[in-house]
Amino acid sequence: MSDDSGYSSRVAMPMRTRTAVGGAREVTEALLSSGDRKKKVRGIIFVSILLLGLTTALLAIAAMITWAFIAGWPRLDLSLFTNVPSVVLPENAGYRTAILGTLYVIGGVILLIVPLGVGAAIYLEEFANPRNPFNRFVDLNIQNLAGVPSIVFGILGLAFIVRGPLSLGFVAAAGSLTLALLVLPTVILASREALRAVPSSIRDGSLALGATVWQAVSKQVLPAAFPGVLTGVILAVARAIGEAAPLLLVGAVTFVTFDPSFFEGGYSTLPTMIYSYAKRPQDELQTLAAAGVVVMLVLLILINSVAIYLRNRFERTW
Amino acid sequence: MSSRVISPGVSSSGSPIRSLEAPGLRIGERIIKGLLWLAATLSVVVTTGIVVSLLVPSIGFFQQVSIVEFLTGTIWAPGFANPSFGVLPIVVGTLTVVFFAILIAVPVGLSSAIFLSEYATPKFRKTVKPILEVLEGLPTVAIGLFAFSVLTPLIRQLTPFLPWTGPFSIGVAGITVGLLIVPLVASVSDDAMRAVPRALREGAYAMGATKFEVALKVVVPAAASGIIAAFVLGISRAIGETMVVLLVAGAGSPVLSFDPTKGIQTMTAYIGSTATGDISQGTITYDSIFAVGALLFLMTLAMNILAIRMVKKYREVYD
Repeated sequence: MSDDSGYSSRVAMPMRTRTAVGGAREVTEALLSSGDRKKKVRGIIFVSILLLGLTTALLAIAAMITWAFIAGWPRLDLSLFTNVPSVVLPENAGYRTAILGTLYVIGGVILLIVPLGVGAAIYLEEFANPRNPFNRFVDLNIQNLAGVPSIVFGILGLAFIVRGPLSLGFVAAAGSLTLALLVLPTVILASREALRAVPSSIRDGSLALGATVWQAVSKQVLPAAFPGVLTGVILAVARAIGEAAPLLLVGAVTFVTFDPSFFEGGYSTLPTMIYSYAKRPQDELQTLAAAGVVVMLVLLILINSVAIYLRNRFERTW
Repeated sequence: MSSRVISPGVSSSGSPIRSLEAPGLRIGERIIKGLLWLAATLSVVVTTGIVVSLLVPSIGFFQQVSIVEFLTGTIWAPGFANPSFGVLPIVVGTLTVVFFAILIAVPVGLSSAIFLSEYATPKFRKTVKPILEVLEGLPTVAIGLFAFSVLTPLIRQLTPFLPWTGPFSIGVAGITVGLLIVPLVASVSDDAMRAVPRALREGAYAMGATKFEVALKVVVPAAASGIIAAFVLGISRAIGETMVVLLVAGAGSPVLSFDPTKGIQTMTAYIGSTATGDISQGTITYDSIFAVGALLFLMTLAMNILAIRMVKKYREVYD
């Protein structure tokens, strides 16, 4: 609108036209701003409501992190990491075995989800014919799996991995496998998104030079999609670290006082240990649970930050 | 790699039309494709595994308890000398959680999404969205513990007129689950609103609409299917939430009650607390875990399919 004055001064207009244009502008502006007060107030109230909603969400995060630090402060020391769990001496209990258990379980999860998740994504994006009914079914199936409650995966783990066909027993490997199946859809969906973002000209160029589909994918498309795939894997691992519900069913709730191993003996993980402590009435154990929350929060915020950094650093627009 | 590289200028005179098919069988390529296919098909195996693992014990369960009794009974007392398997009390518990979760997540999530999509500057958006994603990634056991130690006492103090009893409350559990699903609702609705073409907004502005009117009367209705999908996904997540419910509502008494101030068991809390106890395989209590799991799976499956349909709808309209 501000350009209009320049326009009318640059172009020599007859006096009458200029008056008419000015009048028209005034009338239009008046029309647009009449009753504006009421609308303005309504607009301001609306924005305040929106901001209130957003602030509630942000405040909840801030309150939670603050609470964890305050409540867990007395136990935030080295013994938290080196001492084994104990109910008899709650002031000396720690998370040593649970942290080791989490390392084992998550290590297994990473080994499983990277080849399986990325492989499935490559097949569905690069090889599969999207009109093929079976492939469409697989696609729908993965989207559905992403929404299945985590505790249902615990039931699957209990029936098929701990007992039933695999019969691994209540060991860390069973926890690994259960969590891997749980986060697999997340990895597949994120990796597919990353692969889809690579422009088809890259593929076509490679194929035109005589590369096979796999050569084009492994040498061109996958490297280009790598940051996106990595972000997906990191976020899935972050989710697996914090997950407790399915592990309740596959045995990670015992007070393990010895260092766990992958295929035998009881195990525990950080979140399930926090839950076990939180359920007990002693004040020391409540403090310990809060301290465990701090450890987990710091770990997860670090992991999430790495993912966000990677996404922003390597995000490419083609 | 093909060994017969043909450079354009040097091609043999009167060269025959070369087939673009690979000269060899490319066994390696086929093996790789097969392996990748296996990885993709694993998801179908997992789904089948879930269905089978739920179905087989459920069939055993329903041979002893009739389905009608299971679905309409109002007394849930497994493990008693005279057990009763009416699932309604724990279903009502789950629905109470969903009700309170929606009460929080819909206004908070939707208003966050409208603000981020329509009002926020790109810089503000870029800072706040990751923070919301952090909330989404927080472990539910941590959120549950926070709610139990901070939110429950706080809400009690704010509402002294309510008949609070015991340390647990299903209403507070619902509110907490609501906070938990805010990022999910916000990010799916935000995606839907950003998929609304600029032209619709600009058309409305040209007709003299204010920003408020554009947001509420143009963008939100245009993105309605995506926003409803966000709510449905939120409901599905609330139905399946376990740790928050276990910690805040307790694994407590499975009584049929709509009182939000009491600690009432939900479906997930029943599964979580029963499976961790010493239940021997083959008993009817053990099988009841799977029957409840099957019901839970069906409920969330219906919600997810509905949500996937709706998300597809808005993608098709504007892409």
